[in-house]
Amino acid sequence: MASLKEVKDKIASVRKTKQITRAMNMVASAKLRKAQGRIERFRPYAEKYYEIMGDLSQGVDSSAHPLLEQREEINNIAVVLVTSERGLCGAFNSNLVQTATNFAANRVDSGQNVKFYCMGKKGAKDIKKSPYELVSDHSDVMENFDFTLASQIGAEIIHAYTQQEVDEVHLVYGRFVSVIRQEATRLQILPMSQEGGEEQSGEQSGEQAGSKAEYTYEPSVEGILDELLPRFIKVQLYRGLLETSASEHAARMTAMDNATRNCDDMISNLTLSYNKARQAAITSELLDIVGGAEALKG
Amino acid sequence: MAEEQLHLDIVTPDSTVLSEDVEYVGVPGAVGQFGVMKNHIPFLSALAIGSLYYRKGGSNTYVFLSGGFAEVTPDSVSILAESAERAEEIDVQRAKQAKERAEERLRQQKEEVDQARAEAALKRAIQRINLKERQSGSSH
Repeated sequence: MASLKEVKDKIASVRKTKQITRAMNMVASAKLRKAQGRIERFRPYAEKYYEIMGDLSQGVDSSAHPLLEQREEINNIAVVLVTSERGLCGAFNSNLVQTATNFAANRVDSGQNVKFYCMGKKGAKDIKKSPYELVSDHSDVMENFDFTLASQIGAEIIHAYTQQEVDEVHLVYGRFVSVIRQEATRLQILPMSQEGGEEQSGEQSGEQAGSKAEYTYEPSVEGILDELLPRFIKVQLYRGLLETSASEHAARMTAMDNATRNCDDMISNLTLSYNKARQAAITSELLDIVGGAEALKG
Repeated sequence: MAEEQLHLDIVTPDSTVLSEDVEYVGVPGAVGQFGVMKNHIPFLSALAIGSLYYRKGGSNTYVFLSGGFAEVTPDSVSILAESAERAEEIDVQRAKQAKERAEERLRQQKEEVDQARAEAALKRAIQRINLKERQSGSSH
């Protein structure tokens, strides 16, 4: 059995760990609230955007714009992988990487070439070790980002797409379902499927089926599409970024909560063995004394 | 007689900047400024970098917009802008600095991409400064 002092030191160290995990839990929950607030503020914009996209895609043919066109031969696939910058958030990042690499492996099996665009250090680190090509790696961006980041990455992807360097673009991000549930989700963002656009706009487009009638476009339908579609990619990316960041904090909260609870368990087990060891020491000391007294009597 | 009102929403990715009932909106469209009152035909337009103004209760208020769209329906105008700032939020000092930076970059004549970006930055800075001046001019 471990000596008294050893057990005592162990307890002290677990207590310190517990303090840290509890603090991290609180920090994560504060950050989660902030991230959720940003999602809330983004929602009106996104909803309006989906609505306009829904209205527009009804009247527009898929050949009207290069970003809508389905290419006949798909050779190169781009995967945009959004992960967090830091670990200690359970299986969050490995789930994301897993989802992305499973998808990639699938596509490679059917003879296609997969390239990765990574946001967040964790994903980039894993992809570097994998057989896949890492085209661009944005690190240290997830802690503090705004729409400019989505714009920048969107521009990069659209450029690659229009230059025919890639034929399909998929986004893998952590969808924020609730504080206790985050899902690694894959979403095709290019070429834009018109069904996808409608699906997302959901109820709104249904409601207004009658009123959307005829819009007048200025400068022209093509002109509007030229503006609207690329920005739509950015809107989707931005949403992916926001959700991933909220999910990350939620995952970290859960992980740290578990860790704190485990610390509690360990402390109570260790305290038990500390008490046992102490009792054993007392008992053996007593036995010594009693034995000594008996010997003197005799 | 009070004019009929229409609803004006200005939203950006980071916030809802404005949501109000107004009488008239002047929007900086991609092919020129246009005005909207109630019962306008449904209309979708790209926006230029510039300033929007709306009239409510006889006074005009200016808002700086950069890039995006306007969706006009008979009883509402929705502006989806990349960024939007009310006149009082504009930091003239910063805009002036941005203007100088952009001009400097334009003088150096580097890559095409940089050129376009610098031009856009310059345009934004100039529009911000103009708007601020106009707003302070009209309030006197």
